[in-house]
Amino acid sequence: MLRYLARRLGWMVVTLAAISFVTFVVIKLPPGDYTSTVIANAEARGQAIPESQIAELKRHYGLDKPFLVQYWTWISGVVLHGDLGQSFAWNQSVASLIGNRVLLSIVLSIASLLFVWSIAFPIGIYSALRQYSPGDYLASFLGFIGMAVPEFMLALVMMYIGFRYFGQSVGGLFSPEYADAAWNLGKLLDLISHLWVPIVVVGVAGTASLIRITRANLLDELHKPYVATARAKGLPEWKLLLKYPVRMSLSPFFSTVGWLLPGLISGETIVSVVMSLPTSGPLLLSGVKSQDMYLVGSFVLILSALTVIGTMLSDLALAWWDPRIRHRLSKG
Amino acid sequence: MAQPLLEVRDLRTHFELEDGVVKAVDGVSLTVRRGRTLAVVGESGCGKSVTARSILRLVEHPARIVGGQILLYGDQPSDDPLDLLAAKDKRLRQVRWSEIAMVFQEPMASLSLVHTIGDQIIEAIRLHGGVGKVEARHRAIEFLGRVGIPDPKRRVDSYPFELSGGMRQRAMIAMALSCRPRLLIADEPTTALDVTTQAQILDLLQDLQQELGMAIMLITHDLGVAAQVADEVAVMYLGEVVEHGPAASVLSEPKHPYTQALVRSVPRLGQRGQGRLAAVRGTVPPPYERPSGCRFHPRCDAFMAGKCDSTVPTRVRSDDTDVACLLYGEEER
Repeated sequence: MLRYLARRLGWMVVTLAAISFVTFVVIKLPPGDYTSTVIANAEARGQAIPESQIAELKRHYGLDKPFLVQYWTWISGVVLHGDLGQSFAWNQSVASLIGNRVLLSIVLSIASLLFVWSIAFPIGIYSALRQYSPGDYLASFLGFIGMAVPEFMLALVMMYIGFRYFGQSVGGLFSPEYADAAWNLGKLLDLISHLWVPIVVVGVAGTASLIRITRANLLDELHKPYVATARAKGLPEWKLLLKYPVRMSLSPFFSTVGWLLPGLISGETIVSVVMSLPTSGPLLLSGVKSQDMYLVGSFVLILSALTVIGTMLSDLALAWWDPRIRHRLSKG
Repeated sequence: MAQPLLEVRDLRTHFELEDGVVKAVDGVSLTVRRGRTLAVVGESGCGKSVTARSILRLVEHPARIVGGQILLYGDQPSDDPLDLLAAKDKRLRQVRWSEIAMVFQEPMASLSLVHTIGDQIIEAIRLHGGVGKVEARHRAIEFLGRVGIPDPKRRVDSYPFELSGGMRQRAMIAMALSCRPRLLIADEPTTALDVTTQAQILDLLQDLQQELGMAIMLITHDLGVAAQVADEVAVMYLGEVVEHGPAASVLSEPKHPYTQALVRSVPRLGQRGQGRLAAVRGTVPPPYERPSGCRFHPRCDAFMAGKCDSTVPTRVRSDDTDVACLLYGEEER
C-alpha cells in the first residue's frame, strides 16, 4: 500500500510538470501578449502608446526574453519560493488575488455539493426502488429538465424571482451595505440569505445528473443474486436494500468524487459571471481575455494539481469503500 | 414413512411479460418429508428453480405467484401447518432462514463481495438467534469449521473473492445452516463447481443432514446427483410434477415416459457398443404455447392419438409412485 502511494506521488509530480509546460505553451499560442491588451485599451481611449514605451513594458514584464526563459522564471518561482508570479492587469501578486476569492468559491461549492447530495441520493434511490412508478417518472421528468436548462438562464430567472418577490439585491453574494464590511454576524447572515440562489442554480444540473446516475447504478444491482440471498435470510426489506445493493451502487460514485476538488476553485464560472459573484471563476475568465499569463498559468496549475490530488483521493476512497480494490492494491 | 415437513399444493407462478404470460410453474405439488432429501429434477426451464424460489416468496417482478398453497408443518404433528403464501410479511421473514434456508447456484454472485463472510453469517445468526455479537461470531466460526473450511478463525474475516469456488459454496452452506433450519433448499448447489468439488459438497450436505436432522430439497438437472443423495425424487416437466416417488423406484423403474427418456439419456460407465446416446426426443416447446392435453405428448414415445392430446392427465398412484400419465390408473377411474 505504501509503495503504491509512493509510486502514485511520483507520477503526480511528473504529470504536474508536464501540465505546467503545456499550459504555458497554450497561453503563449495566441498572437500577441499582455502588451497587446494595453495597446488595445489605449486605442479604445483614443490614445497611442509610443514604441519605446511598449518596449519598456515588454522589458519590465520579461516578455522580451525567449520562451523557455520565461517559463523557467515562472516555474522556478513556483517550485522554489511558492511564488505564483505577478498579475499584469491587477498589478498584484497572483497568490493574494486568488486567495481573496478562493474562500467564497469553496463555501459556494461545498454548499451546493451538500445540496446536490442531500437531494439526489434519496431521490435516485427512491427512483430505482420504485422503477416506473409515478414518482419515478416525475423524478425523471424533472431530472431531464434540470439537465437541459442552461445554467445562465436559470441564474437569470432566479435573480428575477429573488428581486421581484423577495426584494433581494440583484447578483453578488452580499448586499451593498455589507460588501466591503468586515466579517460579523450580520454579514454572515447576509451571505447565507444570498447564497441559496447560486446554490440552487449551480446544484440543479448536478442534482439532475446524480439522480440519473444513482438510479442507473442501483438498478444494475437490485436484482443480483446476493440481494435474493439477503432477502432469503429474512432481513427487513429496507435494511437489506441499504446494506447490500445501495452500498454496492455507490462504488462508481466514489471513483468520481475526487473530480469535485478542482470544481471547488473553478466553480461555475458562467453562473458567477452572470450573477457577478466574487468567486474565482470570473477572475480566470478575465485573465484569459487579457492574456494575463502568470495569472492564468498559475490558475490552471492549481486546478491541475487539485485534479491530480482529487483523483488520488478518489482512488484511496474507493479502496477504503470497496475491499476488492483494496485486495488488488495490496497485491501490487 | 416420515411425516411431511413441507407440502406444496398446486403452486402456480407466472411471468407476466409484455408478449404474454409464461406459466413457468403451473400446478406443482410436491412433499418434502422430515429429515429426508427430495430431489427435484428436470430439464432447464422446467420451472424447478422458480418453484424453489416461490417457497420463500423470493420471486420478483415480472414473476408472480398466482395460486396454490405452501404448507409448513410444525414440530408437533398436531400443530396446524402454516401456509407461507398466505402468511404476513413479518411471519414470513421469521420463517426465512430460521426454518427454511437456501443455498444458491452461484456462490460468487450469491454472496456480497464487499462484506466479509463472517459479517454475512453473523447477520443471519443475530437476526434469528437473538444473541450478542461475540456469541454470533463464535457460532459463525463453529459452522465454518463444520463445513470443512480450514482455519475458520481467520477465514471468518475473509471476503468471498479471497476464497475458491468450492470454499465459497461451503461458506454459503455454513451461512444457510447457521440458524439450524428444518429445511434446506439447495438450488443447483454444485452446478458451478468441478466434479471433485461437487462430490465433496454433496457428501458434506449428507453428513450435515445426519448431524442436524434437517430435510433437504435439492434442485438439480443431474440425475446422477439425485441418485447419489435423494430419498425421494420429483420429476418436473413444463411447470408441473409428472412423477413423484421414492428415489429407488423413480430412477430404476421410471413410470412416466418422460422420466424413462431422461433416465435413458444418462450415459453409464461400462456401457458400450450401443451406438448413440439416447436423448429425449424433440425440444421443449416455446414458452407461450403449452401443448393441449398432456404437456409431454408431442415428444412422447407412448403417444396415444385422440387421448393424450386432449385429456389432461391427473396424478394417480401406481405402486409407490405418483405419476401424471394417461397410461396409468385406468382401473382406479
